[in-house]
Amino acid sequence: MGLTNPATEKRGDEVTTVSSMSPNWVTTRLDFLTNWARANSLWPMPFGTACCAIEYMATAASRFDIARFGMERQSFSPRQADVLICAGRLPFKLAPVIRRIWDQMPQPKWSISMGACASTGGIFDNYSMVQGIDTIIPVDVYVPGCPPRPEGLMYGILLLQKKIKGETIADETLREERLVGPSGLFLPPERVDELSEPFGNSISQTRSS
Amino acid sequence: MTVPSHSVPALRSEFGSAIGRHFVSSDQTVVFIERDRSHDVLAWLKDVPGQEFNYLTDVTAVDYRDPERPLEVVYQLRSLGRREDLRVKVALDKRGPLELRSVYDLWHGADWLEREVYDMFGVTFVGHPDLRRILMWETYAEGYPLRKDFPLRGHFSRAEQTRQALAANPEAHYSLEELSIADEYAELPKDMQERLGRGERGFLK
Repeated sequence: MGLTNPATEKRGDEVTTVSSMSPNWVTTRLDFLTNWARANSLWPMPFGTACCAIEYMATAASRFDIARFGMERQSFSPRQADVLICAGRLPFKLAPVIRRIWDQMPQPKWSISMGACASTGGIFDNYSMVQGIDTIIPVDVYVPGCPPRPEGLMYGILLLQKKIKGETIADETLREERLVGPSGLFLPPERVDELSEPFGNSISQTRSS
Repeated sequence: MTVPSHSVPALRSEFGSAIGRHFVSSDQTVVFIERDRSHDVLAWLKDVPGQEFNYLTDVTAVDYRDPERPLEVVYQLRSLGRREDLRVKVALDKRGPLELRSVYDLWHGADWLEREVYDMFGVTFVGHPDLRRILMWETYAEGYPLRKDFPLRGHFSRAEQTRQALAANPEAHYSLEELSIADEYAELPKDMQERLGRGERGFLK
């Protein structure tokens, strides 16, 4: 970052020394600076609904301590949060709630889907459960596991930091709000069906025609 | 112990033909009663000395895979003083209306239990003060999920389920009443009243 050798310039009798160690300025890319600041001060909005939340609490507590990654402050208000961590299965009854919280979070914002149920519905392939929160809100990082160990969640957080460090503020589409449209969904219905499709030994599911 | 509870002969001598078959399962006496007299029988079991089943442990229901077999509403009673349990069942023919007298007036604890049975099985409890869904959201339109004829994943497509869930607008049904701010509604700031009224959310207009 910046110059390494002081450059001297002679103009008449005056000698000006320009040092990279000057306390007043530094040269860098704006993207680098903003991404560095954003990635290292992520304030999580914990949305814990099930056993994943227990692992999330373990991750936040002293042994694993996500404060090391700049997540010192758990933001229990979405207005002051940067990353939504959905820890646990999401029933349809909570779908409008997580959507509201996501809408209330200011940009820039990211989300982590923690565990099999938040990511895909997991074992709950039934009438009451959202089959992956990516049908409700955009998701940046999926953490697999049932529930994921704290190491798994920390790896997810590090991946999110890596992703943030690759962003550019010139790309405004990254910060676009993806709202629930007139169709009542934020994705096309066929896409929701596709994302929610049963897998493994599951049998037929009603499809949108 | 396979001896039925002493409540069974007492019930038979008091109510006669309103008491159906009984059996003992895992030390637990189970007795069937007539639907039309259910409230009388349960009130009697609660109040008469020697019975005094003053605690309603649970109200639930059982639907069997056999479509001919009636749906059973189960009352799990306990006498706290006598330390005895009794399981009372009411069989409801699925071809007729699934209606039953509410026991809310006997045990106030039946409030949410009966709402749950209504939500999951569609049994209407006549006389319940506030019979509406409790587990599923209030505008849930797919039916009664714990009935055996209900498909595991529901009737609608996932997209339709997601759309209806997102449109549920919980504040319209819960915020004012359930969070007990209904009484203070008039004193809330005007902007808050307005927001609660229309249910603020991030929909595109």
